[in-house]
Amino acid sequence: MSYSAWIILTACLVGATSGLIGVFLILRKMAMMADAISHTVLLGIVIAFLITRELSGPHMLIGAIIAGLVTAFLVQWLHSLNIEQHASMGIVFTTLFAIGVILIATYVGNAHLDVKHALMGEITFIPWETMTLPFLGDVPVATAMLGFAFIIVLFFITAFYKEWKITSFDPALAASLGIPVIVMHYVFMSLVSVTTVAAFDAVGAIMVVAMLITPAAAAYLWTDKLSIMLVISGSFGIISAVLGYFIATWIDTSISGSMALATGILFIISFIFSPKHGLVSKFVKPATAKIMTQDG
Amino acid sequence: MAQPALKVMDLAASYRKNKVLYNVNFEVAAGTLTGVVGPNGAGKSTLIKTLLDLHPALTGHIEFYGLPFKKAKKKIGYVPQRGSVDWDFPTNALDVVTMGLYGNIGWLKRPSRKDKQKAYQSLEKMGMEGFADRQISELSGGQRQRVFLARALVQDADLYFMDEPLAGVDAATEKAIMRILQELKALGKTVLVVHHDLQTVEDYFDHVLLLNKTVIHHGKTENVFTSDKISETYGGNMKWITSREEGYHVVGPSNK
Amino acid sequence: MWSALLTSNTQWVLISTMVLGIAAGTIGCLAYWKKQSLMSDSLAHASLPGVIIAYLLFAEKDLYILIAGAAVSALLGAAFIQGIRQTTKITEDTAMGMILSVFYGLGIMLLTIVNRSAGGNQAGLDSFIYGQAAAMVRSDVWTMIILALAAIFFVVIAFKEWKLYLFDPAFAKGIGLSLKGMNILYTLALVTTIVIGIQAVGVILISALLIIPPLSARYWTHSFGAMLFLSALFGGMAGATGTAVSTLGSGWPTGPFIVIFASGFFAVSLVFGKQKGILVNYLQFKKRQKLAQFQQNNNKFKAQGVSK
Repeated sequence: MSYSAWIILTACLVGATSGLIGVFLILRKMAMMADAISHTVLLGIVIAFLITRELSGPHMLIGAIIAGLVTAFLVQWLHSLNIEQHASMGIVFTTLFAIGVILIATYVGNAHLDVKHALMGEITFIPWETMTLPFLGDVPVATAMLGFAFIIVLFFITAFYKEWKITSFDPALAASLGIPVIVMHYVFMSLVSVTTVAAFDAVGAIMVVAMLITPAAAAYLWTDKLSIMLVISGSFGIISAVLGYFIATWIDTSISGSMALATGILFIISFIFSPKHGLVSKFVKPATAKIMTQDG
Repeated sequence: MAQPALKVMDLAASYRKNKVLYNVNFEVAAGTLTGVVGPNGAGKSTLIKTLLDLHPALTGHIEFYGLPFKKAKKKIGYVPQRGSVDWDFPTNALDVVTMGLYGNIGWLKRPSRKDKQKAYQSLEKMGMEGFADRQISELSGGQRQRVFLARALVQDADLYFMDEPLAGVDAATEKAIMRILQELKALGKTVLVVHHDLQTVEDYFDHVLLLNKTVIHHGKTENVFTSDKISETYGGNMKWITSREEGYHVVGPSNK
Repeated sequence: MWSALLTSNTQWVLISTMVLGIAAGTIGCLAYWKKQSLMSDSLAHASLPGVIIAYLLFAEKDLYILIAGAAVSALLGAAFIQGIRQTTKITEDTAMGMILSVFYGLGIMLLTIVNRSAGGNQAGLDSFIYGQAAAMVRSDVWTMIILALAAIFFVVIAFKEWKLYLFDPAFAKGIGLSLKGMNILYTLALVTTIVIGIQAVGVILISALLIIPPLSARYWTHSFGAMLFLSALFGGMAGATGTAVSTLGSGWPTGPFIVIFASGFFAVSLVFGKQKGILVNYLQFKKRQKLAQFQQNNNKFKAQGVSK
């Protein structure tokens, strides 16, 4: 496969995986949690590196999952101490991120890890570092990791579809029906961490937030059905990835930045044209639906 | 005496460092319809949440038909307050009702056509069949409450807990809900309802639990729902006003 | 000796980060009570494209120009968040996350272009974005101090109006305070603090300076005035100590050290704070539990007495 084909494939995998996860992120009102986790994953990777002195896929993945879970746990813990969710998130992720940056500056030195790379991602270099997989031959490491993350996310979402739905919509009912709401919460946080770390190399810590949240928010404006929202969001993720790639090659700039911008463009289009919630539809017909909910 | 549907012993709970419930002891006989009544901040919602293990108890012991909560889960249905969920969630009325069955469907399985049918019948019972595929944000407050009740019905539980199902609903919905509650009772089910409207207590419930951080009084409505016992619960703020000409009671704040 | 210290660049930087910490601690209290802690994070990221566009337009790394660009871009982000929240069913946190990451993405795109074309100048821009206080020159320091003092002055002079606006907006409106005007002032003060902090702390961590000190202050007092003061104190101390420590090693970043010290003060407050600190809470909980048990035993005793 050609150099740019690998990049596009990798970008599409980022888009699809984060598009799927993002739907539940916004429905669970945890969009900013993605921001928090995407920052703290850095610390997980740095610590994994300091322990193993290696920057290999599995180590990074484990480090990142642990960092993600620790973040989720700390936020929950501070929240249980009567600190509002937004504030506890703010304090946890900035602190952990700061520790990560300091560790890089003091211990890691100029190893293959630098903050800028982590924050911006460098999808351009992805095809250079390959590994050999059975049946598939030589595959870039980052692509393989993303493929793995995509399969995991797809599996968990389809297999436990109704459990995700009910725990997102009405956790109290779910708990009273005997569905382990808290376990599901941490499983979900792990999935977010897996997605983030797999996308890390390609798009960097902050742009992955765009890939996670924006396609899902755009899809939310197009449909009232969860299953369709998942499909649209995943597709929007892929479209943004491809669109971003072409914008980037066109004006010769950062691919990950362009992908993030592309998600924003898709959102603006949805914001204006979506049949039910878009600006245009609001001008064409006054919102009758809103009036109906105004009783009692 | 038969096994009580619910037995609560020495229950205490705190919420955000304030003690909301202490020394709560009561038993609910099977086949009764009980109104849980008390002033704001009396711990009515907390009581239900604590019973259902949604809120941690400081002390206490709770039995459902002689079993601990974990073993009795399948027998229990819960109708939370309407405001507790996000009505912009991308789903329709039928789907919300089907969620009541998720506990029985089991892991990894999708709701079958039969499950959907059950859910649809339950919606019919609440007079909501015409709204089955309506997006939930487009339902009115009363319709939302009916969907919630339909969801509880589909669970086919023996013991129901309902948190303010009649708050802010239209008259037609209130009627429909009360009809269903009476039906449930006729089927031998047990229902506990957190209720805020003192005027209707006598008409709606055969048992009343007066709550203000602890059980003030509990028993048959005619024995418990009396002027002095209500004042005791509300700390003397409420008064029993008997209107002789019209022959019905009005309960209102005594300082008016 | 004092004059020697005063002339050294480190000393200047130290003073500026301290003033920055004080300003952030003060404005952060407003953000905290507006329940908008994460808003500052969002706006900080959103300022990135503005910085670079300003640089591209004027081809100069003049602090005033960069700050103006950052402010315009952050205010635009704030307007977008507001607009999305009001016209769609999308919640505020989702809107914040979107603006944060999409604006940042645009910023990275532009930065890549600048770095490609402008060659030598880029290093300065990078440290502006990721926070390198040591790279600041005297005029930068003055700019920062002046703007930070202006922001603090804003809050202090209208102290009682802010208090009303935050705790009881309906009442504030009733007595003739313009909520819209206050909202604009608040956003301006917030954005000013963010953009002047970027150079010293970086776009990613400046929000920490706004979020953490007010939280720490809350563990010591119930009074808004005292909270404001303590928060400013914690912020100032974190700014000064963090900067001082970061000068100990070569290439050590300033921002993260400031954040670590702010979090350190928070941890101490969380545990030992006299209002709702963990230690105090634990002792109270034990006391209550004992009381509950005592009451229960008492009741059992009574019940037995009756049955006999």
